[in-house]
Amino acid sequence: MSSEAGVKLRTFALTSRRLPWLEASLRFVVQQPLGAAGLVVIVVMAFAALLAGVIAPYDPLSNDYAAMLRPPSASHWFGTDSFGRDVFSRILYGSRTALWVGFSSSLFSATVGAILGVTSAYFGGKIDLVIQRLMDLLLSFPLIVLALVVVAILGTGIMNVILAIAIPMVPRCALVVRSSALSLRQTPFVDAARALGFSDARIIFRHMLPNVMAPYLIMLTAFLGQAILLEASLSFLGLGVAEPAAAWGLMLRGAAVEFAERAPWMAIFPGLAISLSVFAFNLFGDSLRDALDPKLRVS
Amino acid sequence: MKTSKKVSMNLCRAMVLMISLVSLVFQATAQAAEKEKPRTGGELVFAVGETPPSYDGHRETTFAMLHPVAPHYSTLLRFDPQNYPKIIGDVAESWSVSKDGLTYTFKIRKGIKFHDGSLLTSKDVKATYEKIIFPPQGVASARKGSYGVVDKMETPDIYTIVFYLKHPSASFLANLASPWNFIYSAEKLAKDPRWYEKNIMGSGPFTFVEYVPGSHWVGKKNPNYYMKDRPYLDGYKAIFIKDTAPRVAAVRSGQALIEFRGFNPAARDDIVKALGNKVVVQESPWTCNLTVTINNGKKPFDDPRVRRALSLAIDRQGASKALSQISLMKFVGGLFRPGSQFATPDAELAKLTGFGKNIEAARKEARRLLKEAGVPEGFSFTLKNRNIKEPYEVTGVYVIDQWRQIGLNVTHLPQEGGPYFNDFRQGNYETGIDFACDFMDEPDLQLQKFLSSDKSPLNYARYKDSVLDDLYEKQSRATNPKERLKLLRQFEKRVLDEQAYQFHVLWWQRIIPHWAKLKGWKITPNHYVNQDLRDVWLAE
Amino acid sequence: MHRYIFKRLLLMIPTLLGVAVMVFLLLRVAPGDIVELKYAGTGAFAPREAIERERAQLGLDKPLWQQFSSWMWGIVRFDFGNSMWTGRPITQEIAIRLELSLELAVMATLVAISLSIPLGALAALKQDTWIDYAVRIFSIAGLSIPSFWLGIIIILGFLIFFKWLPPLTFTSFWVDPKANMMQLIWPALAVGYRYSAVATRMTRSAVLEVLREDYIRTARAKGLWERVILVRHALKNALLPVITVIGLEFAFLIGGLVVTEQVFNLNGIGMLFVDSITQRDYTMTQALVLLVSFVFIFVNFVVDLIYAWLDPRIRYN
Repeated sequence: MSSEAGVKLRTFALTSRRLPWLEASLRFVVQQPLGAAGLVVIVVMAFAALLAGVIAPYDPLSNDYAAMLRPPSASHWFGTDSFGRDVFSRILYGSRTALWVGFSSSLFSATVGAILGVTSAYFGGKIDLVIQRLMDLLLSFPLIVLALVVVAILGTGIMNVILAIAIPMVPRCALVVRSSALSLRQTPFVDAARALGFSDARIIFRHMLPNVMAPYLIMLTAFLGQAILLEASLSFLGLGVAEPAAAWGLMLRGAAVEFAERAPWMAIFPGLAISLSVFAFNLFGDSLRDALDPKLRVS
Repeated sequence: MKTSKKVSMNLCRAMVLMISLVSLVFQATAQAAEKEKPRTGGELVFAVGETPPSYDGHRETTFAMLHPVAPHYSTLLRFDPQNYPKIIGDVAESWSVSKDGLTYTFKIRKGIKFHDGSLLTSKDVKATYEKIIFPPQGVASARKGSYGVVDKMETPDIYTIVFYLKHPSASFLANLASPWNFIYSAEKLAKDPRWYEKNIMGSGPFTFVEYVPGSHWVGKKNPNYYMKDRPYLDGYKAIFIKDTAPRVAAVRSGQALIEFRGFNPAARDDIVKALGNKVVVQESPWTCNLTVTINNGKKPFDDPRVRRALSLAIDRQGASKALSQISLMKFVGGLFRPGSQFATPDAELAKLTGFGKNIEAARKEARRLLKEAGVPEGFSFTLKNRNIKEPYEVTGVYVIDQWRQIGLNVTHLPQEGGPYFNDFRQGNYETGIDFACDFMDEPDLQLQKFLSSDKSPLNYARYKDSVLDDLYEKQSRATNPKERLKLLRQFEKRVLDEQAYQFHVLWWQRIIPHWAKLKGWKITPNHYVNQDLRDVWLAE
Repeated sequence: MHRYIFKRLLLMIPTLLGVAVMVFLLLRVAPGDIVELKYAGTGAFAPREAIERERAQLGLDKPLWQQFSSWMWGIVRFDFGNSMWTGRPITQEIAIRLELSLELAVMATLVAISLSIPLGALAALKQDTWIDYAVRIFSIAGLSIPSFWLGIIIILGFLIFFKWLPPLTFTSFWVDPKANMMQLIWPALAVGYRYSAVATRMTRSAVLEVLREDYIRTARAKGLWERVILVRHALKNALLPVITVIGLEFAFLIGGLVVTEQVFNLNGIGMLFVDSITQRDYTMTQALVLLVSFVFIFVNFVVDLIYAWLDPRIRYN
């Protein structure tokens, strides 16, 4: 026990002065193996997305009608779909779409939500009430219905899908950040900043926002998984990304279901890809929450 | 003596042979008759893919209304279920046409009763057609435009109705056989012309039992139907299943015996594999197709060379082979359904732009035309489409891929129905996938789409062409079939070959797998006619 | 306390009004016209004047403020008008689907509760052991699988292995409980599993939090059985956040199960929602949005009251 503690101490002493984030990450990996596993999957996904152009054996868009519905083989690792397109290449390029849609929408919603939440907590009073009402309004729509309405107004297409996914998630983030920020508002350093004559905007952006990083990060990772799922549902309903783009949710639409018995690889691989990536993001976010929330440590 | 014995023996043998032959024949026919004799009783459960907006056949245009509601009504004429497109009478017992083709006289069957017991007379037929052709204020009639040729109608006695036309029309009789023209009660219409939108009261083989919106529709046998031995069924139940997967599953599991619109090849194969000889598949070409429509008002699509290049690039033979395995798209055809009486023979069709058999040469020609018209390599534009996977998006993907091969970079824009129709109507698109589905093969109906935009609201391609308008009028009045065919060929050549204003990709295939115990229903080229279920029976 | 209840009930009105205005405007911004959709749907030849006539009948040619005020006036008298697509009264259309959606929501909630509370407590008690990991993996998997994929796999599984399909039409529980259960149990399990994930997490963190509390340590020191400690003290206080989560999700179970309903062919509010939005059926969509919002706000309110009842430290004034 003591030698272990000794090793730990030495490692910490060595690194913590120069690389505090390294120490935090190492601690995270050791204490949260599940989260670490999730992180590994996420990194693999990111690499697949970045290097898709290099790794993918086929163009994800080129139809090959002589090779429709082929089972997995040496030339097509995951088989081909109903247009003869290579499923493996489409999965690789699909990770690009998933990450792009996932990151954009969760970044948008978490950031806008955080700003709204902090603003609401900081100003209090009427502004708080108005923002609260607005968030309530948005919250009372089921997620997918609000996304449907946004798509109905803006039309389909990837940018609109990102908006359609982000908008319903804004109020959820705003609420969580607001409750964190409420406790912040009472602290002396905010009063001090005020006394020093800092503008409201400066206090919000430079002082309060950085201190709600923990819930912000947790929301971000939680939303990423949700965003990927929502995109898949929207594509399934025909309101998401359009053919012939490579997107996992789109790959599950129509033909994958029709040919589910004859050509199950069409449905299995995209389904697995979605489930695995969302799973990884959720695991990671979950473990992050555990790591960042001191109230959850029981020895 | 020896010879006479031989002769008599031969005679004997011959007689025995003859008797056995005759008795065999009798047996065979008796057995056959036994097999074919319809069994009465049973409830037919079938699946329908959408729910009906209202119940009024004169106003709706969707099969979702027709499939559950048609069994409650009769029409004046109908298509012979076993012999499409032959026309026979339903409410009409017989009819005659005057020599000049301007007067149609119909004799109505005596003793037809509505479900409420009242007698069906010429008054009801007249009131029905008044509603369809001259609808009163506030009443919508979706097919009014097809009856512009009617001048007036008269009822000299309670079993006779006469239609007076403004000019002879080759398609008038067929229009009267329209499955949408339910005969309504004059009394009900007089009280409230919109009564039939929310109520059912007809003279058909089945009476109305219940409708649970979004769930199911139930009808039961009409004991006073004018055909004494029909209907064979005790009743029917239509269950509404919006999504394709559970709909196919319903037929596969036997919860529904049939779906009357059509399944795609994958569904058919799954059902056949799972059920083997418990299932029968009926297939037919479908009077539905997908076309590429081009906004002729936008550059560079106002140049016929560009449009013809777009048509040349599409390998229709290849599409037929490939797409028919995964979707409803199958038959190569021009303006008329392949296999119908108006269809252009293959040899002639192959001469039209885009319908040739040599795709390499066609693509080379397409590239040359584009270059000549000044369209650069990699030119990009958009293709608007409906967001329905099968067969719209499938076709969109195919067409885009074909255009890629002549150096064009096209973005696919599937949309919801609302914005789709909006954009087409307002001309807010460059190219798009359009569709047409008709209840009969009749050029008067099907060519409306290609008339000048100011004459036809169905033409989204935004062009004016008086030659076409002229040809249309001529063929509509041509009572000589040969003459008419000639005019139709000219029309087709101008639209598809010379101008390529909008052109066909493929015509659909109709595939209906159903349980073998369902008998008496024969497939027709469209999913609108013969849905009154009166000849349908269940074998067990 | 009564003043608080009254104030909350009163506050519902401006929120609902805000929802009403927002959905009214948003729908009319979306391109697409219900009459055009109806007629042009199958490529049939519909004359322009028929379309205009129909629009006038539906009141779509009147100025916006007039449409809004006549709708509002109707609501005050509890008359939600007719669906623009079918012409039938909206209350009727909704009532037919409401029974199924409510029943499914209740069943899914029960499934979620019976999964999440025991699993969450177990995971908290055995934190950082393989049991904890197994529970977390199990519950997060529920959140990660696309619901339509799960539904399709279930249906295909039935077809291939049992050659059977759950009933495709709804029979009320009071008419035929067996048929009713046969249809709804599978989507309830699929949906309940999904919703248990968040609640499991909540239970786990709530129990963990409570286990650290002083009074638990005191109870431990007194030597009471661990099980008694858990049941008596931890669970009771862990219940609060779980009830919040379950209460919030319940409102969404009514209108938000769009994809599940499609896959299992359930004639519920979710399908009605999608159809009315796609068809641009303004009156129906507006009514549905109001309904779901009302349920959400009301459930929120009830949850807050339960809070007060469960935890005497919470008092609203």
